[in-house]
This record gives sequence, structure tokens and C-alpha cells, in this order.
Amino acid sequence: MAYSEKVIDHYERPRNVGTMDKEDPNVGTGVVGAPECGDVMRLQIKVNPETGVIEDAKFKTFGCGSAIASSSLATEWLKGKTLHEADHIKNTDIVQELALPPVKIHCSVLAEDAIKHAMEDYLEKHGKTMADLHDHEHEDAKA
Amino acid sequence: MSLKLPIYLDHNATTPMDPRVLERMLPYFTEKFGNSASRNHQFGWDAEEGVDYAREQVANLIGATPKEIVWTSGSTESNNLAIKGVADMYQKKGRHIITAVHEHKAVLDPCKRLQKQGYDVTWLEPNSDGIITAQAVEAALRDDTILVTIMWANNELGTINEVPEIGRMLREKYSERDKPVFHTDATQWVGKMPTDVEKDAIDLLSASAHKMYGPKGVGCLYVRRRRPRVRLTPIIDGGGHERGMRSGTLNVSGIVGMGAACEFAGKEMDTEQQRLLKLRTRLEDGILSKIEIAVVNGHKTKRLPGTTNISFPYVEGESLMMAIKEIAVSSGSACTSASLEPSYVLKALGLGDEIAHSSIRFGLGRFTTEEEIDYTVEKVVKNVQHLLDMSPLWEMVQEGIDINTIEWGAH
Repeated sequence: MAYSEKVIDHYERPRNVGTMDKEDPNVGTGVVGAPECGDVMRLQIKVNPETGVIEDAKFKTFGCGSAIASSSLATEWLKGKTLHEADHIKNTDIVQELALPPVKIHCSVLAEDAIKHAMEDYLEKHGKTMADLHDHEHEDAKA
Repeated sequence: MSLKLPIYLDHNATTPMDPRVLERMLPYFTEKFGNSASRNHQFGWDAEEGVDYAREQVANLIGATPKEIVWTSGSTESNNLAIKGVADMYQKKGRHIITAVHEHKAVLDPCKRLQKQGYDVTWLEPNSDGIITAQAVEAALRDDTILVTIMWANNELGTINEVPEIGRMLREKYSERDKPVFHTDATQWVGKMPTDVEKDAIDLLSASAHKMYGPKGVGCLYVRRRRPRVRLTPIIDGGGHERGMRSGTLNVSGIVGMGAACEFAGKEMDTEQQRLLKLRTRLEDGILSKIEIAVVNGHKTKRLPGTTNISFPYVEGESLMMAIKEIAVSSGSACTSASLEPSYVLKALGLGDEIAHSSIRFGLGRFTTEEEIDYTVEKVVKNVQHLLDMSPLWEMVQEGIDINTIEWGAH
């Protein structure tokens, strides 16, 4: 199976590989997947607590080329987004951007899960849940 | 000599055809195109002569007589004919079959089909070295055992089962009449290693041309004719070719190619074995000396000289293949299989799925050079390091976390 150019680009020049201090209150960490399934993704976000903007994102992934590309793309998209905006990143966006074939869709699902887990971890550290995020969103909509 | 890319290191999947083989085949497509079953004209006689000569060449390589060679389309068909043919022919004698869990699918699936039809199959499990011993087979024998089918060399690991020992054990234990039929899928073995069906007491043996620098789409089944005479129910009925065991017009040019491939393989076997072993040692030493966590899967010495299966823990196989894409290898990773399951062969060694996901099989061959091996070592070492730097598992291991104690989410 041939890979799309975008997958190859992200695979060969992965963006934002690295590790942040998971004890930092402003850092949210999401680890998804399992070694026996052949993919484990760890995605981290660093959020500005004042603005709710994701200022940095890092990943490390054990997995196939598409899994690495999906997580690399996710970190790229996350940077500069608010948590509300980040919550709207869907796996289908990743599939479309990377032109993933059907057998690799699970890689994008994993990336979406990793984003959710990282956000939940951050929110939990601040005594909030994803639901709070959405309540806030409704207030925004009303305003 | 300059290095030509891409490099082919997947000789267990298939081999390039030796140009000398192609040369022998060519006349049989054009001038000598006859049907070897046409008994009454020159075109038929020419084709038949080619087929008969090839039969001798194959028989010589494996210590058989020409009449014992039945041409097929390849090892998958040979295995099907052997297993289903014996099961049907000997069903009044018994319905028990012995095989192993890490055989090729072309053996496993016919056995599974027979199981559904009411046959009883014992699936032997190898030790962690991947080897099936004669002792294990002996312990599984029953009064109603009609067939033992154990491959000679494993296609994923290159490990060598105790085939001569199994053959001799069966010959010593039983009378000619009562002996279960012994079949071996020798697809990876024949042409690379010395084969003697007489000495090793093999009754049925599958071989394929394209694994030994011959053409694809042709293979054979050796069927013992005396002491004991093995009988098979055919699975393809028709014109009664091949003593009724395999009907269908013979693939004359392919058969000529298989004969030639056997001839060259036999002549060059000793030197080629030595050469491949040297190259494989260079490859393994080169990789293992620089990547401490890398492990060779299966028995360390009882292996085909040109094959090595190495796991790079915490690095996923498909991503490594992508990184070294100018080198053609294969992986036990789920991502590279049609079924999206990690290699059942590696799992049979008790290695755990994550080791299977991390495995790469390197298959060296007749045209592999030292330059190619050195290039491969360099590429593999560099990219494994790159992927380790990207691996969350490797980071955890370095932090002293035992990843086996983590509760991973299901996915």
C-alpha cells in the first residue's frame, strides 16, 4: 500500500516530538492505545490558564507511519487553538487531511482520543470536566 | 561497484528468477510450445522431453525417482493435495492428523477444513525456539493417526524442525503398512539445504520453484511410490495427468524452469550456504552490536542460513519498514498483514503481541551483496534510534516503568 505524500511528510519530518512535565498543572497528558495492539500514542498540551489557549503540544507515538503522522498533525493543529476549538477536531478531519485509507482510520480515531484524554487531564487538574467546557461554550453562543 | 536501490531482502517471500533459468525456459514458450500430453506428434514429444528432464532434475535434488514427482501450481496446491488427499484416502484407517500451530496457512487451513469435516487435528506448539521435535510428534501419535504434516523450515523464522528425526522415528516405530503418512512442507528448504527423502523417510514433500530462483506458478509434490506406496485422492479431476493425481495440462515452460532451478541450486548449494551464513552473521552482528534491545527470534543456530527475524522492541515494524523503504523486507506487525493480526508464528513462540508488532524478517538470497548488507545495517540502526526517540514506550522503559504493569485501554 502506498502512503499519501502528507503521511510521508509528517512521518519523515514529525512535528513536535517530545515530552512535557506531566506534573505541571498547565500540562494535560493523554495516553491511548496498547502495545499489544501495535499502537500507543501519548499527546500532551500546555494550556495558558488565563486564556484557555493551547500554547504548546508534544507527542510520542509507537505505531505505524499513519499513527505517527496522525499524532504529528494533531499537535500541529492544537497549537494556538482554545480548548473549545480543540474539542472540535474530529478524526474525520485527520483522515481527510492525510488521505488515510480505510484500514488506517483507527489511527485517526486514536489521535482524536488522545486529544480528548489530554484535555480531560488538564481540565481535571483545574477541577473541571469536558461538560464544563461545553457549558461555557453555550454561554459564549448566547453572548 | 555502486549500490543499486531498492535492495531486495525478502527472499522468503519470493526470489528473482535466475537469468540462466529463464534462458532454459524461453524455447518452451515459442518453438517447443506443445502439450506434453499430445502423444502423436513432434510438438508433444518435445514438450514431454522437457517435462521428463525436469522431473529428473527435481528428483535428483531431493533423492527421489522421477516417477515420484507430481507437478502442481505451487506449494499451496501441493500441501492441499497432500493433506486432503491423504485424509480422504486413508479415512477408513483413522481420522487423526498431527500438525503444528505455526505452519504456513496452506497447511493450517486445509487441516482446519478437515477438522470441520470431522477429522481430529492435534496442533503441536513449538518451544520458544520455534522448533518442533520428533519427541513432541511421537507423544501426540495415536492408533488412528493417519497423517503427520510438519514443515521443514519455517517461512517467518527460518527455524528448522526435526524433519529427518520425525521421519526416522515413524519408520522405526511402525510397520510399513501401519505407518502414518509423513508429509513435510519443504517450500523454504528445498534448493537451499540438502534433501534426501529416502534417508529422511519422508513420504510426501511440497516444493515450489519461485523460492529457488525459478518461475512462479509451478511446484511439485513428491509422492513416495515404494516402502510404503502412498496413495492420494486427487483434488482436481480431469484428464488424468500426473498418474491421475493432478489433472490439467502441464505448465511445460514453468516445469522446465523448475527443473533448471533445481539443477543450479544443487550445484551451488554448498558454496551458497557458506556465503549466505557469512552475510547473515554480518547483518546480525552489525545490528545487534549497535542496538542492544534488538533480539533474534527463534533458534539461534538451527536456522536457514539466509534468514533472520529480528524484533526491535518499542518500535513498530511497519513504521520501521517505512523508514527503510529502499530495503524490501517483511514484518510480523499487524499493520502489514491483510488480517490486521500480528504474526501467529511469533505469537506461537510465546513472545507477546508487542514483540510480533516489532519484528522484521530479513531474507537474504543468491544475489545479495556485502555492500547491500552494510547499507542495510546502517539504515536500520539509524532509523531504529530515530523511532526509539519517538516511542513513548521506550521513554517509559528508560524511566524504569514496567510497561507490562500498565493497564492499557482496549482499542
